[in-house]
Amino acid sequence: MTELELWSYGIVGATFALYIGIALWSRAGSTREFYVAGGGVHPVANGMATAADWMSAASFISMAGMIAFGGYGGSVFLMGWTGGYVLLALLLAPYLRKFGKFTVPEFIGDRYYSNGARVVAVICLILASVTYVIGQMTGVGVAFSRFLGVSYEWGIAVGMGIVAIYAILGGMKGITYTQIAQYVVLILAYTIPAIFISLTLTGNPIPQLGLGGDYVGDGAGVSLLARLDQVVTDLGFKQYTTQVMGSKLNMFAYTLSLMIGTAGLPHVIIRFFTVPKVRDARYSAGWALVFIAILYTTAPAVGAMARLNLMETIQTGPVGDPQGNLVYDERPDWFKRWETTGLLKFKDWNGDGRIQYYSDGGLAEAKLKLADAKSKNTGIEAAEKAVAAAETKHSATKFAGYGWQGNEMVTVNNDIMVLANPEIAGLPAWVIALVVAGGLAAALSTAAGLLLAISSAISHDLLKGVFMPTITEKNELLAGRLSMIAAILLAGYLGLNPPGFAAGTVALAFGLAASSLFPVIIMGIFFKRLNKEGAIAGMITGIMVTLFYVFQHKGIFFVKGTEFLMPELGMGANWFFGITPEAFGAVGALANFLIAAIVSALTAPPPEHIQHLVEDVRIPRGAGVAVAH
Amino acid sequence: MTPDKRADYWKANLRYLVVLLVVWFLVSYGFGILLVEPLNAIHLGGYPLGFWFAQQGSIYIFVALIFIYAALMNRLDKTYDVEED
Repeated sequence: MTELELWSYGIVGATFALYIGIALWSRAGSTREFYVAGGGVHPVANGMATAADWMSAASFISMAGMIAFGGYGGSVFLMGWTGGYVLLALLLAPYLRKFGKFTVPEFIGDRYYSNGARVVAVICLILASVTYVIGQMTGVGVAFSRFLGVSYEWGIAVGMGIVAIYAILGGMKGITYTQIAQYVVLILAYTIPAIFISLTLTGNPIPQLGLGGDYVGDGAGVSLLARLDQVVTDLGFKQYTTQVMGSKLNMFAYTLSLMIGTAGLPHVIIRFFTVPKVRDARYSAGWALVFIAILYTTAPAVGAMARLNLMETIQTGPVGDPQGNLVYDERPDWFKRWETTGLLKFKDWNGDGRIQYYSDGGLAEAKLKLADAKSKNTGIEAAEKAVAAAETKHSATKFAGYGWQGNEMVTVNNDIMVLANPEIAGLPAWVIALVVAGGLAAALSTAAGLLLAISSAISHDLLKGVFMPTITEKNELLAGRLSMIAAILLAGYLGLNPPGFAAGTVALAFGLAASSLFPVIIMGIFFKRLNKEGAIAGMITGIMVTLFYVFQHKGIFFVKGTEFLMPELGMGANWFFGITPEAFGAVGALANFLIAAIVSALTAPPPEHIQHLVEDVRIPRGAGVAVAH
Repeated sequence: MTPDKRADYWKANLRYLVVLLVVWFLVSYGFGILLVEPLNAIHLGGYPLGFWFAQQGSIYIFVALIFIYAALMNRLDKTYDVEED
């Protein structure tokens, strides 16, 4: 066993022992403890748990890489995944806390006086949460298989086992206290390498300041971002600080989708049912964002610095100088290690034994496609044409003059930016092991939160709320635990057999939450006139519109080959104002709002007692208001 | 609590919400996306200002907005005597 594996086993093992210890200490004895941790969680503690609940494997492992390669365009994730908390704190959390029930569908069912609305909400919740949990499960499997020498399958089994222990025993109570521990692990794992890398590149230990500081590598006194802009544009890439994602309209819609998706994700909303008071719900959302912001303001520094490090490792001298590129045989150890995982791939197109990493206008991609076509013996002619076109384009660039024949870093996976960062910065093995434990903490904490949202929707909304209203508390608690087991098994099954759409899941989960749940919750509080008919029509429209656009681009339930773009009808790729399917939740939400308002206006207003319910929810004091009725 | 006072309380709350959400929109969609080019002409240390709003500033302001709202509402709850316990 290597030193790294020893450290990894040690640190991951210690954190798992801690989670199990917490589970045994925090068993749930009532449904109130199982669903909302007894409702007595301190707002700062709840903020920390919310942060862990919220920050998933994608935030921890992938986001810095998406920023590293997306530059300014990556800002949509930073603003989108934080700005939603403002909506949550100002528009949702205090009122839902005042409502004082256990689940999101319960609010929708009561507010719209309809079991139908409740069931539709449960379906939307399960669709959004299940798609999201698949991403967490695959994250756990990947972390295990890459670092601990355990197979992917066993990785998922161990991860599920750990979640099962504390989620089944403790419900929300166990999950809350475990998430607090998981937050501490993940934030240390994220910030420690960032501090070191910032210190090395800029001399400033605070990454947020280092990103705006001067680059100390060459003593020229230029800022780090100016240096990065220079390095990437010299190699034909888009300028880091100005490159957009799609178009500005797309960035606008994408950010909006992520924000309202965040505010509409049930596993985040139910965290605010666990604090004692309305006042605490308001502050708790603020604390959650403080804890999230520590990671989210560090991520752009990690992204930019890791990108610069990577570029300078490969482009060691002036661009165009034959000696200016790293000799492949002299590549550093981390490079070799990540090559074996397939996250980095090199191909020596021009046979000079050195690595050229630059933007070649798609030449390398076309060549790879041609090789693939040849091996499969289909579509060779079209692939050859594409290569010839790319060659013509490439030959007009300065790179062709250097004897370069295509980008030789044919694969640079996003995730490498966080996972390999400590190694690139030359940090000791225990820091790398800590990053592994952090990634696992991020994935497990989010998975547990999602599983609770799913199981409470089944046991509390479907069983107790609709099908077996007379069930005793003891049996409901048992049903909660059983549905938790079922949800874990389902998540594990989907993690082992990802339905071919694992990559699209996060975008889909957000699109669904944004387009179905968020609008009807908001209108339930701020628009007294909204009735049952409007809410149901709105939710169904929102989710259908979003699913239609996503499936149209990515296939029906992401099955390859079932895409149904219709260019002849003006429905080509991103046909709706150039908006990508990932960003479409905002449009679905808009449709939901509109249809709900129109249908409501055409049908009878909600009954008197519902109008009183809304009045009640708007005012923090509980007892006084109840007497007034 | 009379219906009039109740309506006043809700109106005051909505006023806070509108002002704070305008700021929320301005720092992210406004400064971070729509006006990013002109702002990038200004620098904050090594940061172009528009880029800073998109990747740092908006997040800090989001945090501040939530705490400001919580403090304003606590005061409002007391003024209208609707706070808990």
